This record gives sequence, C-alpha cells and structure tokens, in this order.
Amino acid sequence: MTTTMVSLRDVTKVFPGKQGPVRAVDGLSLDIAKGEVFGVIGYSGAGKSTLVRLINALELPDSGDVVVDGRSLTRASERELRQARTGIGFIFQQFNLWRSRTVAGNVGYPLRVAGWPRRRREERVAELLDFVGLADKARQYPDQLSGGQKQRVGIARALATSPALLLADEATSALDPETTRDVLDLLRRINTELGVTIVVITHEMSVVSYLCDRVAVLEGGKVVELGDVYDVFSTPQRDVTRRFIGTALHDRPSPDVVARLRRRHPGRIVTVTVRDVEGQAPLTETFRTHGVDASVVYGGITEVNSRPLGSLTFELAGDADRIDAVLDDLSARSDIQEYDGDGRPLRRPVASPAGVGARQEGVR
Amino acid sequence: MTSNGTDLWPLLLAALGETLWMVTATLAAGGLGGLALGTLLYVTRPGNVLANRGVFSVLNVLVNIVRPIPFIIFITAILPLTHSVTGASFGTEAVIFPMAIITVFGTSRIVEQNLVALDPGVIEAARAVGASRIRIVGSIIIPEALGPLILGYTFLFVAIVDMSAMAGAVAGGGLGDFALQYGYQRFNHVVTWVTVAVIVIVVQGAQMVGNGLARRVLRR
Repeated sequence: MTTTMVSLRDVTKVFPGKQGPVRAVDGLSLDIAKGEVFGVIGYSGAGKSTLVRLINALELPDSGDVVVDGRSLTRASERELRQARTGIGFIFQQFNLWRSRTVAGNVGYPLRVAGWPRRRREERVAELLDFVGLADKARQYPDQLSGGQKQRVGIARALATSPALLLADEATSALDPETTRDVLDLLRRINTELGVTIVVITHEMSVVSYLCDRVAVLEGGKVVELGDVYDVFSTPQRDVTRRFIGTALHDRPSPDVVARLRRRHPGRIVTVTVRDVEGQAPLTETFRTHGVDASVVYGGITEVNSRPLGSLTFELAGDADRIDAVLDDLSARSDIQEYDGDGRPLRRPVASPAGVGARQEGVR
Repeated sequence: MTSNGTDLWPLLLAALGETLWMVTATLAAGGLGGLALGTLLYVTRPGNVLANRGVFSVLNVLVNIVRPIPFIIFITAILPLTHSVTGASFGTEAVIFPMAIITVFGTSRIVEQNLVALDPGVIEAARAVGASRIRIVGSIIIPEALGPLILGYTFLFVAIVDMSAMAGAVAGGGLGDFALQYGYQRFNHVVTWVTVAVIVIVVQGAQMVGNGLARRVLRR
C-alpha cells in the first residue's frame, strides 16, 4: 500500500513546432499523495495541459516515467493504458460533452465502455446525477444546459467508474465567478466525501487558494516552486509566482498608484506584507508601542487555504527615529517596502522571514 | 401529353420509377461505401485516432484521381468491369454500378469534410474514459457528425439525380433519358419541361426530407 497516487520521474515531452521542437514538459519530477487536492498553476504554454495528459496517458512521455496508483504507464500496452484511463477521471475546460447523447447518455458512456450491464448502469447514472444535483436533467441534451450544469455533467461522467484520481484541466476557466464557486465546492465534496485525489490545473490563483492543499508552480515545462499553498503564496520565490499573487490580490500599489498616494499624503509611505504567523502582535499594536501614527492608504487581504494573506500600505507620521525603529521591528517578520519622495521604491535591507528556502528542497 | 399519337404519361411514370430506383440504389451502395472511405480518410489523417500516413496518402491520391473524371467518360471507361460484375453492358443496372463507384469517391470527401469539422475535444473525452479507437469511430465520431452528414447526403442525392440523367448513354432509362429522347430530340418542348418539372419536384422533396431529418438530429 503506497501513499503516492501520482509519481512523475524526469519526465520530458517534446512536440514538433514551427520554430523547432518545443519541450512542453522538461525533465519534470513530481509526487502527488493519495487523498490530497493538488494544484498545478502556470501561464499558458507552461506545460500544464501536457502534464495532466501525461498523467492519464493521453500523451506518452519521450523520456522518464509516469506511475499512477503504483502502475507505470510508460511501458504499458494500448490495452493496459485504456484500462488505466478508466480509473482516472478527467474534466475539461470546454466540458467536451457529446451533443448527440442525453445527459444520462453522457454519464453512462464510460460505464458502457467498462462493460457494465444496463440495469446497473442506469442505477449508477441516477446516483451520479443526484450527487451533482442534476437528477431532473437526465433526459435533456447538453445544448439545453447552462455552462455550470454542463460542467457538472462532465464531473458526473468523470466520476462514473469511481476513479481514485480526478484530473481537472482548467475546469472552471469557462465559467462565471458564481458558477466557478459552485463547481469548486463540488470538487471539494468529491475530495472529502469520496476520498478522491484531485489534480487541478489552472491559471487562476483563486482556484488554487480556495481548493488546494499543495501547489506546484509551472514555468517552461518545469516545476519552479512547490509546497503547501499558503507557504508558496505567502513567501513567493519566483517572479512568476508573484505575478499570480498580484493578479489575484491587487494589494500592492503600482507605480502610478504610489505617485498619486505621494501627492495626497505628505508622510512616509510604506507597504507591509500581512501573513498569518502565530504569536505575532497585530500591526496596529506595533505602531502604537513605537508611538508612530499609521493610517492605511492602500492594500488588500485575502484568504489562502483559509489563512489571511496580503499587504497594507500605510502613511506613517511621527518622529523619524521612531519610524525607523518601527520599520526595523517590522522588517524582522514581514517584507516591507518604502517609497521615496517621487514615489519610487526605496532600497533597504530586508530581513528574510524564517522558513523561506527550506521549501526549495522539494523542487527538482 | 402525346408524341406521334402515343400517350407519354405512362412512359414518364416508368422513367420516374427508373430514376428513383437508380438514385436509391446508388445512394445506398455508394453512400455506405463513401461513408467507410471518408471515415477511413479522416481517422488515418496524421494526428487522428488511427493516424497512418501511408494509408492516408494512398487513399487521398486515389480519391483525387477518380473524382475529377467526367461521369460520361467514366461510364464507358469501366464498361468491361461493369459487364463482368453485373453481367450487363447497358440498361439500368449497368448504369447503377459506375454511379455507385463515382458516388463512393464523391461521398468520401463530403464525409471527410464533415468529420474534420468535429471538435477534437469530444474524441479526447472518449479516449479519456478508456474507449477503444474502433468504438470511438462508431459511437462518438459518426453520431456527433450525424446532422451535417445527413445534409451532405441530401446534397449527394441531388448530385446523383443529375448524374442519372446521363444514363441514356448506355440506354439506362430514367427521366433524363426520357427528356432527351422524347423532348429534346423530337423538338417537343412541352415534354422536356414537364420532365424537368418532375425532376425539380423529386429534388425538392428530397431536400425537404433531408432538412427535416437533420433538424431532428440537431434538435434545432
């Protein structure tokens, strides 16, 4: 009995491109544990879609090994691969439902492929449609459904054969925010109630921070950051990770925002990172004990994995020495950024928070 | 409607029967063969479910060679083959054989075009649930493209009616033959135009049936 659901070892996949071969996945190694919700985040072209298709053997690697639930897919025959795929659910960004089949026909198809007798098939389809909340839509056709309903049909279809692993390739990217939340909640239920391991491929940080336990940041076909979702996003090591945080949070003032703040606020302007660290005095208390007047002029805090993350930008007023003292105090536990009289970032020695760097060991 | 004192209506009716028989038989044989050839062209295409560059190239070139041959020349060119297969060199059966052959090649392109337009995602979804390639062709590819295929076959029906007018070349009978023989050659414009009207009605009827079927399949 192994605790690893998916194991990729030095996997490389090269596609012929117009400007020479493209290494979509480049010597990538990754382990995904049984029962976790694992996120893979990356911009388009980072190799996410190829990675997820290597896991269910829709693509075969040029080198390296892919092992799913203890079974190597690299040296398997076509027949064995088909067998393996019936144990892996797959949901698609564009749903990929069969328009010529009813909702029940779509959900029942994998069971037909797996050779289930008709009676059992019908029972299972009814059970699945009930689970995803579409029991009344069994006889309808996909064209009659909304996007969120279509994706729930896609999910029911992916779960038909009770797979231990579910792969979601940008499953919510074609949906509006409210429907996205519904689908994410459904995926969470699948993980907690059915114990299914889920791999979520996305370019949206909000999906990862809402749903995932661990995350791998993908860039150029390689994993560039890997770890607990909160750790990765609260102490990003790479620009690509910071960009994801920036798009999800909008907490850090851009240069033109700083310039406008500068004009409105005569005091010193400082951005302080907000992280969930135990045994730490609240920011306001720190300012008070140093006798510094701080007012929030910009910022944002969100929840990542149910823990707060973000940054606040303050205007600080008071004695210059006291402000320096409070900044020294804060820089010992947060990242701080001060801006000069023209609104440009000031360089200042920043103490690195504890724990950063240790995570990097997991990255290969 | 008479010619030299004979009533032409029974002859016209018989000609209509011959045309319907020729067209139906051709559509059945050629249409099925074309469905098979077109599907083969699609699935063996590089990158598709049964990709096979060799098979695809051979079929592709073969279709390109046969398709442009004018039908009137094709009938005579394959007469020896027609004779050995059907045992006849003239008559309705002798014209159905070459029509069916030409139709196989013509249909294959129509089928291929409709399948190429399929969203590859629906095929990927079937592969992802572990369906075999053969099963995917029969249970996903053809049903998903059925609506456009029906419209393609309706188009084909009209083309075959058109083609069957040349049956007269081998005494094949049918409406085209009738119009040429009793209308055109005897300067009897009434006969020509009445025959044309009958052909128009047949084509119109086929188009209506085809559109209706396609609408049902597409549920629009």
